[in-house]
Amino acid sequence: MSKQVTLTIDGKQITAPEGALIVDAAKMAGIDIPVFCHHPKLEPVGMCRMCLVEIGRPMRDRATGQIVMENGAPKIQFMPKLETSCTNRVEEGLVVLTQSEKANAGQKSTVEFLLTSHPLDCPVCDKGGECPLQNLTMAHGSSQSRFIYDEKLHLEKQVPLSELIYLDRERCIQCARCIRFQDEVAGDSVIGFDERGRSTQIVSFSEPGFDSVFSGNTTDICPVGALTTADFRFGARPWELDAQASVCSQCPVGCNTTLNTRREAKAGGNIVIKRVMPRQNEEVNEIWLCDKGRFAYHYTESKKRLTKPLTRTGKDRKVNRVSWEAATKLAGENFLKAKKNFVVLASGRLANEDLFNLKTLADQFGGKAVLYSHIGGGELTAQVGVSAGTNLGVLGSGSTIVVVASNLYEEAPIWYLRVKQAAERGATLIVMNPRETKLDKYASFVERYDYGQEIKSVQELTKKGKLGDAFMKAQNAIIIYGSEGLGVAGSASLATACAKALNETEHVGKANNGLIGVWERANDQGAWEMGFKPEDDLAAALKGKVVYIAGADPVGDDPKLAKALESADFVVVQDILENATTEIADVVLPAQTHVEREGTFTSGERRVQRFYPAVAVVGDARADYAITAQIAKHMNFIMQSANANIVFEILAETLKPFEGLTYEKLSNVRVQLPMIGRGDMYYGGTTYENTHGLGVHLSAGATRGETVRIPRAQKEALPKVKDTDLLAVPVSKLYHRGATIESAQLLNQRIGKTTVSMNFDTAEQWGVVEGAQVKVSFDGVSGEAKVKIDETVSAGVMLVPRGMGLAIREPAVAKVKL
Amino acid sequence: MGVLEPLVELARGLGQTFRYMFERPVTVQYPEQKRTVRPRFRGRHVLKRYDNGLEKCIGCSLCAAACPSDAIFVEASENTDEKRFSPGERYASTYEINMLRCIYCGFCEDACPTEAIVMGDNYELSFTDRRQAIYPKDMLLEPVHVHTMLTPQKVDAGVFTRSVPEMKDPRD
Ligand code: SF4
Ligand code: SF4
Ligand code: SF4
Ligand code: SF4
Ligand code: FES
Repeated sequence: MSKQVTLTIDGKQITAPEGALIVDAAKMAGIDIPVFCHHPKLEPVGMCRMCLVEIGRPMRDRATGQIVMENGAPKIQFMPKLETSCTNRVEEGLVVLTQSEKANAGQKSTVEFLLTSHPLDCPVCDKGGECPLQNLTMAHGSSQSRFIYDEKLHLEKQVPLSELIYLDRERCIQCARCIRFQDEVAGDSVIGFDERGRSTQIVSFSEPGFDSVFSGNTTDICPVGALTTADFRFGARPWELDAQASVCSQCPVGCNTTLNTRREAKAGGNIVIKRVMPRQNEEVNEIWLCDKGRFAYHYTESKKRLTKPLTRTGKDRKVNRVSWEAATKLAGENFLKAKKNFVVLASGRLANEDLFNLKTLADQFGGKAVLYSHIGGGELTAQVGVSAGTNLGVLGSGSTIVVVASNLYEEAPIWYLRVKQAAERGATLIVMNPRETKLDKYASFVERYDYGQEIKSVQELTKKGKLGDAFMKAQNAIIIYGSEGLGVAGSASLATACAKALNETEHVGKANNGLIGVWERANDQGAWEMGFKPEDDLAAALKGKVVYIAGADPVGDDPKLAKALESADFVVVQDILENATTEIADVVLPAQTHVEREGTFTSGERRVQRFYPAVAVVGDARADYAITAQIAKHMNFIMQSANANIVFEILAETLKPFEGLTYEKLSNVRVQLPMIGRGDMYYGGTTYENTHGLGVHLSAGATRGETVRIPRAQKEALPKVKDTDLLAVPVSKLYHRGATIESAQLLNQRIGKTTVSMNFDTAEQWGVVEGAQVKVSFDGVSGEAKVKIDETVSAGVMLVPRGMGLAIREPAVAKVKL
Repeated sequence: MGVLEPLVELARGLGQTFRYMFERPVTVQYPEQKRTVRPRFRGRHVLKRYDNGLEKCIGCSLCAAACPSDAIFVEASENTDEKRFSPGERYASTYEINMLRCIYCGFCEDACPTEAIVMGDNYELSFTDRRQAIYPKDMLLEPVHVHTMLTPQKVDAGVFTRSVPEMKDPRD
């Protein structure tokens, strides 16, 4: 623990850690000093002058340097002027007056001054009601202004910084929080101040505007309504919103969110989600969200939601609307008939409870439980994954983080942000990737390898050398591996190599040590823990089988799988949205999204977190675990399904990593610092306080003392490439055409067109140019795409984004034609 | 008690009646006749318009926030110069008052930053169904004299940029 100093604030003796800012120390002692520009997550700048206080320091004798005593106490010397409490740090013996006449007068003048150029917008401003400027004006402002009203600044109203974020320049108080967030926290310096004096304004200098996946956070921390989101624009007044705790369903980070809901006439009187806000969890997402998590929630209210069970029967495949009973009966009967031919194909879209019931069903009837994912290696994260106590937010000097084959910025933005900050705190960051990624800037070591050589690179970690030293000698080591340029088999072997390195150096089974997979979906880790596994050759595994698909669209994603399912015996699909697979299925069962029900997700860091129902169920949809149980009933097998809680209880009894977990434990909270999201003057943003649970880590096999079983790392299975060949490799993209993203109209522009990237020489070799529309073909797949010239791509390689219409499973030799 | 006493009483009573036949009546023949209400009477609400027909209401929901009986429901949308309902960026796309909930306190009127919602003088509210008691925006909006004043209007760009009219004296 750092050294403590004692000081007096408003007559109250308090102790605070040395180096703390006076505002923060006061806050901890329950004294609110008004602030605008100060934010606990940003470096102090002292720009707004709102936090003015009187500071007195013990007087020292000039000659001797001794503290001058007066009446037995140190003599306090006050500065003649007010000082900013957000830039001055605590010192022994300080005396701070925050409420003195002088301090109050200073604060009052600051508000008065800020209001000279502030419009009368509160009634139409999206921040109105949760706006610090409003609050501080009520608390500290004067009732009259000495400035001339007609001289108020008049500018054109809303200026879009991007299609997601709008700026109202009149409202900006030039606190630079947004700029500082982008520079310091996000590391995307894409906005800044232009002009000076009263004309100072925020501008975006990126193309496209405000090109950062963290842009939504600036609207949370902007202390006025200068930055607002296009999504929530005029959506509702903040006080009209209800709040329900939830977890983001878009990626394995598992950011804690709050869903703000309201009954809406436009939505036919239904309760709808109006906005997604971060919920503080210092161990997961702190107080941030990425833009995908914030804006992509619209799929839950999509017109394409499945609402009624359907069956397709007879030669002509007539579509019938049937009752739940009839639909599940038909499914159950066919599953029974299937015997060993039964396959359950589920994705990490589903909650732990759903996956547990599905796995139980598969096991009971001798079926195969297959995970719908392009990444392998999860059985290793279950053994040597990070466990209790892990917090990327505390890693610093002495820790080593390795990121291999993943572009975290695109795949798990908040992990990117946290890894970057760990590196800035002094952690050794090793980035291994075939091409440049945004994280390289912060890395101590950047290791470039050719596609197919990832295992060799990882092996460097346990060999003598600078990488080896950084890794082996580290107190804590975490490896984050992904699937850049890899298929299921490739990523599984990479995971093996990583697990081996960790295990050999004894970086397993402890907090802040272990392996993390950058999965495709929110609950892939949960699926692995249940025992789901992806198939190397999924098409072969589906051919001629009776398939029960939950939360996946194989037909829409991949023509090969579509073909395989054509010849499947019987297909039951349980999903939330209409898609190509529900078009061919024999039985279609509508499922609830995670915002309509209770459940838990397991994040990539193996943290189980609860989400809660926020809106009414759409149509007749049911929770996935309940649907499975209902089918099971028709197979004469009774499974729990009364509510998610009961299923979780059984799950916790059955599966070792979940041992001892209950919903109650998952919803425990602790005090989290800095305090943010309370109704006070010390304004940390509109992030919600966490009152519904921080979640609990699963124990890893290694923590439980089990012997770690690591299969031998296989050779990279790269296709034979000649020099003249073009190698197509899969890469992940944040905004892709996934069903859970596409429904958000606002994000369409960011999803963009299907684009393949290659460097200039390769393009020239294939006779294509930037922006050309080309025919791409590989591995029996062909499609159209636009060419992008990108010099970070290695020669002879073409990057093919996943989820953009070109079904790329693993590296393949490709052809492009104009 | 004399024998004539009841007769005297009767005559006195009838006399009184006779006298009142020449007094001014205090009752009116409602509903044929109606009384004008007092200047500060708080009757059924009216949503006001500016002289050019634009709606004063900007959909800020402050009336709904002030309402002690939660009788008002507002939903806002964005104006464009092609389709302008009110000055500024925001207008009320849904505005409803539940007249059965309303206690006619007038707080909404006080809260409104644009003086859009005003308590009118109509007190004749009757419904045969609870749903009828919910007055939507088109029933609350002030009627117009000429159809050009109807909203939405197509207006010149950049004219109506301010939601709240500038007040020379804020106490006004
Ligand atoms: S836009 Fe908001 S956060 Fe940015 S400088 Fe202006 S007031 Fe501060
Ligand atoms: S980082 Fe992942 S979990 Fe967090 S908000 Fe973004 S998509 Fe959701
Ligand atoms: S008069 Fe009072 S009760 Fe009626 S709508 Fe207005 S604020 Fe509500
Ligand atoms: S009537 Fe007035 S207070 Fe109510 S929403 Fe309209 S402008 Fe706001
Ligand atoms: S100057 Fe201290 S909060 Fe802005």
